Amino acid sequence: MKNIVLIALFSLLFLNMEGQDPKQSSKGRSLPSVELKTLDRKTLLTDTLSNHGKPMIISFWALWCKPCIKELTNIGNVYKEWVEETGVRLIAVSIDDARSSSRVKPFVDGKGWEFEVLLDPNSDFKRAMNVNLIPHTFLLDGNGKVVWQHTSYTEGSELELIEMVRKLNQGETIQ
Amino acid sequence: MFEKSRNHLSNKNLFLFIIDMKKLLRITLPFVLLSCSLYVKSQDFIHNAQVSGTFQADANAYVNDKLLHINDSTLNGKRLGINGFALIHYDYKNFSAGLRYEAFLPPLLGFSPDAEGSGIANWFVNYKVDNFEVTAGNFYEQFGSGMILRSYEEWTLGYDNALDGFRVKFKPYHGIYLKGLMGYQRNYWVKYSEGNRGLVRGIDGELNFNELIEKLGNSPFRLSLEASFVSKYEKMPLKTIIRPILPEGSYEVYQYKLPENVGVWLAAINLGYSNWNLMTEYVRKSENPSALNNYIYREGQALLSVLTYSKKGLGIELSAKRIDNMGFKSRMEEKENVLDINFLPPLNPLHLYSFATMYPYATQPNGEMAVHTGIEYTFPKNTLLGGKYGTNLSLSYSLIKDIEKQPVSADIPIDSTGTLGYTSDFFAFGDRKFYEDLKIQLTKKFSQRLKMIAAYFNQVYDKDVIEGHTNEYGKVYANIGVVDMTYRINNQHSIRLELQTLFTEQDKGNWMGTTIEYTLAPKWFFSLMDEYNYGNDNPDDRIHYYNISFGYTHQSTRISLSYGRQREGLLCVGGICRYVPAYTGFGLTLSSNF
Repeated sequence: MKNIVLIALFSLLFLNMEGQDPKQSSKGRSLPSVELKTLDRKTLLTDTLSNHGKPMIISFWALWCKPCIKELTNIGNVYKEWVEETGVRLIAVSIDDARSSSRVKPFVDGKGWEFEVLLDPNSDFKRAMNVNLIPHTFLLDGNGKVVWQHTSYTEGSELELIEMVRKLNQGETIQ
Repeated sequence: MFEKSRNHLSNKNLFLFIIDMKKLLRITLPFVLLSCSLYVKSQDFIHNAQVSGTFQADANAYVNDKLLHINDSTLNGKRLGINGFALIHYDYKNFSAGLRYEAFLPPLLGFSPDAEGSGIANWFVNYKVDNFEVTAGNFYEQFGSGMILRSYEEWTLGYDNALDGFRVKFKPYHGIYLKGLMGYQRNYWVKYSEGNRGLVRGIDGELNFNELIEKLGNSPFRLSLEASFVSKYEKMPLKTIIRPILPEGSYEVYQYKLPENVGVWLAAINLGYSNWNLMTEYVRKSENPSALNNYIYREGQALLSVLTYSKKGLGIELSAKRIDNMGFKSRMEEKENVLDINFLPPLNPLHLYSFATMYPYATQPNGEMAVHTGIEYTFPKNTLLGGKYGTNLSLSYSLIKDIEKQPVSADIPIDSTGTLGYTSDFFAFGDRKFYEDLKIQLTKKFSQRLKMIAAYFNQVYDKDVIEGHTNEYGKVYANIGVVDMTYRINNQHSIRLELQTLFTEQDKGNWMGTTIEYTLAPKWFFSLMDEYNYGNDNPDDRIHYYNISFGYTHQSTRISLSYGRQREGLLCVGGICRYVPAYTGFGLTLSSNF
């Protein structure tokens, strides 16, 4: 029985992928609907996240991930200027598990980060967004579609990210 | 439209007459049925559906190394190891489905040999409507902070205890969340029909008063409650147990009736006011004699409490935990790192530098008392200590000890099979220290170009308890220092230098580590690393563990290549660790996302 279900599932995927516009699959994906927690433990659905027509960045991180903290610290230093200039909204999604999710709020406050932080303690959103390695950053356009994504962090990468945001604001398309 | 789909079906039927009807029908029927339904809805399915996915492959090629005593016979023909997976997601309106293929051919060194093989490791279908959601297939779930139930997957560690079954989520009203599930857990490629594990069932309810009562929506006062119940059912034969008694060398033979149902319940409260928050969770487990606790009939208990205070620039955390006989697996006889129903979070934080994680702690399910405190503080900009950019100070201290244990009666030794095991004062610390860890870390930005992190760690590590030896090694006392400097040459080029040192008179002695990293943002990465065990008592083991690696990232595609010598140790991600043996060789990682 399991095999039949799997074959059915495969055929379904196959049939759909064939007929699909490639632009639809990789780019222009809107956010799936997954439950996340805010730092004060309210539940929030990911498909309700938006930035009123402006670009939005979603960055996956965890307390145990050194490059993630580097990236967010570097962005944290310039975030105010970014918002003033471009109106961008950054949401840092922590995939910290039960071990450390209660530590995220004091950590974030202690660092003085001013962007939003949400919790994904069961990694549901991480899986739904096909994230393997963190840091993994998604850029969404004003319509809430994923237009660009990047995995890993190298010193200075945030400059490329804000450059993309500027391009989006000027109505250019992202390659 | 209807005509069209009928034609479609009859064409298929014609074809079926030619070959063995029965066999082919079994295979093609779902396909045909699906094609039909798809045909009708195809327009919508194609234009509004989203297909996405990801894959990753990690490969190592091992070479002989005299210093590590690795040669043809120790490698035993396994010169190459590959761990890989591919995941496809399909989303259409309220419906989603996914499929994950995995291959370990053979698995990389350090992964369980049971992982060897390939196939569809995971599949699911999920349907959401309004406030109701149902999942069939494999899924991941967590109740509370996981001390009662947690199924999760950690690729880097080769850990996956996904549940295979059904899950229902229901939200009857604002702020009320109900979940119910049943299934069995993944144990590598072993089929459930082989009868080596039990069934897991659970319900969970959460009540968030700030969402339930409109007036409290934006109140500084926060309250939520959670309660769950999880049971394991496993068919149990009568078990014969040989129990040592006093005087030493004497035995008694018993036939034990082991409980087929083991139940665990949880109650949790989260209470917050303004900048303060207190989370407390209590878990109790019914009698669960198992290989993990030496078949004692004592009930299990766990308490976790975390108090936090934070405002901009300052975060303080204070937590305490008691674990007492809380190992919980879906197979009574299991002792390995599989089939865990619950997850007992260690209180000590995971550090970010390799020497600070050389002696990592792992929760002792049979009993531990732990306290932890952490402070995160940023000296504001334009102050004496803050300087132009602000200075971040991070402090943390953890202490983990045994629980206090007394024999149930004078003539029965502690932890004797078939007895209640021991008695224990709930709030008392035992005498034996399992782990202690102090961290002081400063992060300072000197200019637009230069940044530095300096850290000091002091650790006490009970090697016997944590690694499961019987009083062979004693405790390890380690002092660790780290200096990590990053210099931005310009907006794209930067160089990072990391110096680490570890001093200890026990275990393998002193270490020194150097890493130089050169990055060309956002795509290129190049690094040279060396960890030198110059303080080893045995001159032959004073080895350089060097590594040279290179990485290229284009958007979400990443490829990295490395060559070097890996030191033996525990690799930890999230909450758990995996043992990695020493090896020398090439490594390749390829990961992408579409």
